[in-house]
Amino acid sequence: MNQIGSMPSWAIWAVLAFFILVMAGIIFIRSKRGKDNLHRGTTAFASPYTLWMIIFTVLPCLLIGYYAFTDSTGTFTLQNFAHFWDSNYAKNELYMQYGPEAAALIRRGTVNVDTLTYSLWMALLCTIICLILAYPTAMIMADRELKMSSAIVVLFVVPMWMNFLLRTIAWMSILEDQGLINQLLSALGMPKAQLMYNNNAVLLGMVYNFLPFMVFPIYTVLGKMDYKLHEAAQDLGANSFQTFIRVTAPLSLPGVISGITMVFMPSVTTFFIPRILGGGNTMMFGDLIESKFLTEGDWNVGSALSLIMMVLILISLGILRKADPEGEGGGLM
Amino acid sequence: MKKLTSVLLALVLVFASLALPAAAENAGVVNVFNWEDYICEDVLQMFEQETGIKVNYMRFTTNEDMMVQVRADSSKFDVVFPSDYCIERLAAEGLLEEIDFSKITNFNQIADNLLNPDYDKENKYSIPYMWGTVGILYNSTMVKEPITSWASLFDGSYPNNIFMMDSIRDSMGVALKYLGYSMNSKNPLELEAAKEVLVKQKKDGLVKAYQVDETKDKMVAGEAALGVMWTGDALYAIDLNPDLEYVIPEEGSNIWVDGMVIPKNAENYENALKFIDFLCRPDIAKMNCEEIWYSCPNKGAIELMGSDYIDNLDINPPEEIIEKCEFFSDVNDVLPIYTALWNEVKNSK
Repeated sequence: MNQIGSMPSWAIWAVLAFFILVMAGIIFIRSKRGKDNLHRGTTAFASPYTLWMIIFTVLPCLLIGYYAFTDSTGTFTLQNFAHFWDSNYAKNELYMQYGPEAAALIRRGTVNVDTLTYSLWMALLCTIICLILAYPTAMIMADRELKMSSAIVVLFVVPMWMNFLLRTIAWMSILEDQGLINQLLSALGMPKAQLMYNNNAVLLGMVYNFLPFMVFPIYTVLGKMDYKLHEAAQDLGANSFQTFIRVTAPLSLPGVISGITMVFMPSVTTFFIPRILGGGNTMMFGDLIESKFLTEGDWNVGSALSLIMMVLILISLGILRKADPEGEGGGLM
Repeated sequence: MKKLTSVLLALVLVFASLALPAAAENAGVVNVFNWEDYICEDVLQMFEQETGIKVNYMRFTTNEDMMVQVRADSSKFDVVFPSDYCIERLAAEGLLEEIDFSKITNFNQIADNLLNPDYDKENKYSIPYMWGTVGILYNSTMVKEPITSWASLFDGSYPNNIFMMDSIRDSMGVALKYLGYSMNSKNPLELEAAKEVLVKQKKDGLVKAYQVDETKDKMVAGEAALGVMWTGDALYAIDLNPDLEYVIPEEGSNIWVDGMVIPKNAENYENALKFIDFLCRPDIAKMNCEEIWYSCPNKGAIELMGSDYIDNLDINPPEEIIEKCEFFSDVNDVLPIYTALWNEVKNSK
């Protein structure tokens, strides 16, 4: 069962050393070439970040790949993906040894697949709600004629100075049975509402936490937009609705795409919010991966699940990139 | 070429900083890995003042979480507080260091009935820290009649009013016990039946939430009528809200001991012994018991606490109740069954 120790520590160092050598080599070759002075300088400046990225992004990804395709002894296997498809895989193997009565109980477990579909669904809902809320907000913020716009910007930024766990826990004391809203309701003589420990509370927590990531990209694009374009559209006889549909909306598309990416990704992988606001009643894919690593100690299956999720995210990013090929929204890729 | 040199220098710095912390951490430290809310924090400061040893204090929520960490690198911790069945498991996996009992001067304070337990028959690896039971904490203003049975969790009398434990062994154990089976069942039919009970309980909307450390404060606030809890957490809550009452259901329950162990290759073995000995000192054990409300294995501390402790039937349950309770034993060979069934419970809607 000692699965975690299965990768010898020298192997980790060897991989690290290999990457550092490769990077040093690239820099060395570039410095020899010496054609493009500007470019070469930039590369050298980027080296601390490159190193950081190798240690904390590339290497962990490689490790996830390593664990996903090996078993607890370190030999190559595809079984971890069978575990994803059938969450009862290990259980069923045991049942087979337990005689006919137990064998009759063998059936495919759909926990992993169900949880993934549920997470994608919740992330989709969260993204749509964020978009609906964020676009008008961003328009208000970008409106130069409104005096309150800068105040709204500040109101969005200030809560982000606080840790998001803290802000999520604060929602508990608002939504609880004895919480702020319900105390207000009962003071007004109305019946109490069950606000916590359900899907809607989880969705609320997600929208609340990820809304700024939708607002700011759209705000940035709208803020940079040349106001003369609006005047031109109006000069040419477009009413304000037509101006929005034919000028503002298409030009803000990069910001919207960027916002969708930045909300969808953390929504799919979120794991703390369902446990706190959902009271563990609903499990998201992030919770499942967390429990594979931390409770069950099965790093191999946990890595396989992570890999599947990473691939799904990459695919959705690829689709989004098609819609915004120039990455004008300050996109992530 | 200059740039290459500077990059290499940066690399040297990175490596140096990676190597340094490992070298600096030597004498004067003890790495303690204990349950959440499971010690009187003043005790840590007193230990630091008296011995000059710095305590690195880390916390875990369930036995399963702790086991994963200790298996990953047992040398990271010097003193760990696993429950009985986990001590058995860790010892079987060769992950525990034998305790040098000649250095534990306060060992004679440990109650005799807790020595040489089933999970550590020769008493080589562990010293009891606390013991307790699993039961139901209920709010007497929110229930129709006093709770006596696990059936109250499953019969539908308290819809959306129950906190279950987000812990595999505890929740499966409760369902097994309700069905009249052993909490240590390895029988697939019994385990599947227990899962069905838990799934039905969830699908019928009886469960408000699955959580561990949050439950006690939520019960104090009156967020639910019933909660499955460990003794200490329950008594902590009763102390804050007198409407709450704790019961060990008549079907019997789980009784457990959390021990102090030293993991294999612990870096500060001597300091670990000092820390364990310190916690066995009667005045210190008393401080911890009074703070966290669990049952005390320390004879000297019980004497110091006097009738407050002895007369409290929740902390010090009568023999006939204890007889109905069982210890968890190691079920590692069927653990995949437990985890798969529990995941199905959590995933049911």
